[in-house]
Formats: sequence, structure tokens, C-alpha cells
Amino acid sequence: MQSEVMFAGFGGQGILLIGKILAYAAMEEGFEVAWIPSYGPEMRGGTAYCTVVISDRPIGSPIIKNPLHLVAMNRPSLEKFSNIVRPDGVVLINTSLIPIGSGRNDVSELKVPAVEIATELGNVKAANIVALAAFVARTGLVSTETLKKCVKQEFAKKPKVIDLNMKALEEGIRAAS
Amino acid sequence: MAKVLMKGNEAIAEAAIRAGCLNYFAYPITPQSEVAEYLCWRMPEVNGVFLQGESEVAVAYMIFGAAAAGARVFTTSSSPGISLMSEGISYLAGAQCPAVFVNIMRGGPGLGGILPSQADYLQATKGIGHGDCRMLVMAPATVQEAAEMVMKAFPLAEKYRNPVMILGDGLIGQMMEPVEFPDDLKSEPTNKDEWATNGMDHRKSKTRNLVRSLFLDPVVLNNNNLVLKEKYEKMKDEILFESYNTEKDYRILIVSYGTMSRVCRTAVDMLADEGIHVGLIRPQTLFPFPEEAICKAVTSSGCKLVLSIEMSMGQMLEDVQRSVLGACPVEWYGKCGGEVPTPEEIIDLIKARMASL
Repeated sequence: MQSEVMFAGFGGQGILLIGKILAYAAMEEGFEVAWIPSYGPEMRGGTAYCTVVISDRPIGSPIIKNPLHLVAMNRPSLEKFSNIVRPDGVVLINTSLIPIGSGRNDVSELKVPAVEIATELGNVKAANIVALAAFVARTGLVSTETLKKCVKQEFAKKPKVIDLNMKALEEGIRAAS
Repeated sequence: MAKVLMKGNEAIAEAAIRAGCLNYFAYPITPQSEVAEYLCWRMPEVNGVFLQGESEVAVAYMIFGAAAAGARVFTTSSSPGISLMSEGISYLAGAQCPAVFVNIMRGGPGLGGILPSQADYLQATKGIGHGDCRMLVMAPATVQEAAEMVMKAFPLAEKYRNPVMILGDGLIGQMMEPVEFPDDLKSEPTNKDEWATNGMDHRKSKTRNLVRSLFLDPVVLNNNNLVLKEKYEKMKDEILFESYNTEKDYRILIVSYGTMSRVCRTAVDMLADEGIHVGLIRPQTLFPFPEEAICKAVTSSGCKLVLSIEMSMGQMLEDVQRSVLGACPVEWYGKCGGEVPTPEEIIDLIKARMASL
């Protein structure tokens, strides 16, 4: 069994980071993982995306034409990638910045106002963690317990923001239910 | 040590430290700059040295200096940077000094692009420097393998008293995968008294070590190069490759290395699910090349076609043709602008070629 998740949004939204946290969590649960960034001549405010591959077998191609899931944090990302998601995948839509749907009836849409939720918690920067938590809660790719552990680990050097991110996790999980 | 998630570039950096290499000289270039980023804080932790040279030309001679003094030393760069180091690499080979060079390839020629490529195959395996200069070249396909090859490269460079290259593509450098390091591998070159200018006091032999690649007497130069030739031949002991699905009856054999080989492996798996068997050989050493293994895979099967699939315009192709010795046709497939072909593309290619066999 192999799942691939594409995370996409603006540079600065913490897209690569949430991809990395998911990869870490899956590794902790014993899966084979690969995290593949889009790297190229990027600019501030441009698009950023990465793909996380999670498998119970050694991972072959790191190049994924059709990922199973998509986490879209801004409108250009949804417009660009919603058509490549495989049927029955989950498409997370950050409705705070995306006023449209995926236009697909063969995927499961998960609408989360990630920016609003994070702003209410006191810091818009946590929108990525809200989205990640909601996505994990919906797909069950890893347990939310492992996810919590890995988020704590990721921010271990910035203890001041751990509380905020733990709250963001809880709210994300709630948004998915 | 437990598994950690690391970029290939970071794993290469850490692997060098685990191998006891405390000298890193480099000049930044995409897509391998994370090696320098990592080592600029990590080297001081282990009392090592990271010095950024003023250019890749300078870096190659910093490497030469450290190697001549008997220190473990390495550098990392990407395609245009390796071209600039080429002169120094030839001097190292001529003077028989060991060092490790990592090339995380990007597209070319010229400045090319910054996305993954395998277009420096011929440079690495056949034209890394002027003169009768060759180097052992290893090509990793995973982050774990990149780390392992770096750790192996230092003792091999010392064994042969010759530069060794790790040839990865941009994706190997940029991708994160779990990697596990041995706890402690730290060691010193055991044979450095053979070449190092490290003083005479502790040495039993009282012959001077001279670090030089200038031999104006043609007989002496010829003899020196015969010594090099013998070493290049002996490097065949280090040939490594991986066979995949070759126990099956196949009519097409793929030869592919690095990231490209992983894509091919997925294509082989997907085709096997449809009942179509394709063999795959992945060279892990590119020089020396696993020619006998490829020849055997062709002659001992019903193989009718060999495909050299690479992210270049068909460079390894020549080595594959040489290995097959005309036993069956060898064709090239690939891309080299920075896009990595997908498994679906490879499957379409195989099916189209199957139909015409």
C-alpha cells in the first residue's frame, strides 16, 4: 500500500514543513517515506509544493504523476493540482483563501478555514498545522498521537510556539470531524 | 543510532563526518548547497574545518594540499563547479593523492539549469581530467545509499591513492528519506605514510615523500602512468550493481542508475502486475562499469533489446553497448532538461517496443 500526498501553497505558508512533519510521523510509525520538494528558481510569494510518499514497501519512483491526496493552501495550487489527484483521494481546501471547490465529484473534499482558525488562536502562521492536523484526522495516514509527538519535536527549539501549535492541532482535528 | 529524516545533501555531509573526514572545502552551487549549510555548523562541533574557497578552482587545490598532508578531505559541487575542479582532480590523480568529490548533477551544458540531471556521466567516467586520469565513480539511488557510499569512498580513495567520485543527481540531494548512520566509523588513513608529507620522524622508511605530477623524463612519466593504469584495472574489484526481476524470463532489459533507476523499478513492478516481465540492472559503480553482469544478463536470457534509460542524451548508452558486444540492439531513452521521466512514460515505451520485437 502506498499513499502520496501533495502539499501546495504560497512560499512562506509552511508547506514544506508540514510535508516534513507528516513524513517524520510516518517514519516513526515504521513506514517507508520520501519527501520530495519542488525545487527550482523560486521567489518569495511564489508557489511552493512538496510530495510525501508513504509506503509499506521500499519506495521506487519519487516522481509522482498522480498523488492520492492534495492539501491546497491557496487558490492557484487547487486550480493547478486538483485534476491530478487520484479518484477516492482527499482534497483539503483552505477555504480562508480559496473561494472555489475542486470541481471533482470522485474525491473527498475537506474544507477547512485554516487561516481563520489560526488567527483566532492568536497566530496566522499556525494555519499550516491546522490544515495538517485536519488532513491527518480525516485520512488516518498516521495516528494523531504520533503527529502530536512529531509537531512537539519539530518545535523543540522554539518552546514558545509549542502551545500555539498544540492548540492548532486540536482545532484542526475538530475541523475534520 | 535511530533513523532520522534527512535531505540527501545533509546525509552526505553527516556521512563524511562519520567517516572521520574533518576537512571540507567548497564553493556553493545549487542543487547541493545544503552540504555547506550543514557543515558550516557541524564541522566546528567536531573540531573540523569548513573553508569556503574563492572559486572551485581554488577548492580543488585546497583539497590537493590537505590530501598531500595525509588528511581525509572532501568537497561537493554541481556540474559547472566540477568542470572548474577538473584540473586539480587530474593533479591529484597524477600525484596519487586520495580525496572524495561529490557531484550532485544539474542540467547542462553551460550553466544549463538547476534541476536533476545525469548529464555528467561521460565527464565522470571517462573525462574527469586531462591526461591518463580516471576515478572510481559510485552512483547512489537513495539517501541511505548516498550516505553509505560517502563513508566507503574515503577508504577506497586511500586504498587506490586516487580521487573517488560520488555521482548523484539533484533529486538525490534534495529529497528527504530516512537514513541510519553507524555509531562510530571514525578512522584515519592507515597507509598515509606512503604518500603524505607529514614529516620523517615517525617513519621507518627514510625515503622522502614527494607530492608531484610533473615527470619531464618520458620514461619516468610512462612508468608513472603504467602504475596508474594498473590501479584503474584493479578497481574492477570494487564493481557493484543490483539486478532486479532478472530471475524472470524477459525480452527487454533496462540498464539505469541513480534516481532514474528507481523510476524504472516502479515501472518494472507495474508491468509485472500486468504479467509483463522486464529485467533491470542498476550499476552502483559507473567506473568501473559492470559490463560482465550486463553481458551475462543479455546472453543468458531471451533478451532481444536493451534500453539505457538515463537523464542525459545517451551517455551510459556507450558503456552498455560496449558491454553487450553486439549480442542485441541497445537503445537510449531519457530526458535531460531537468524533468525526471515518470514510470508511466517508461511503461508506454516498453509496451511500444515489445509490440515491435
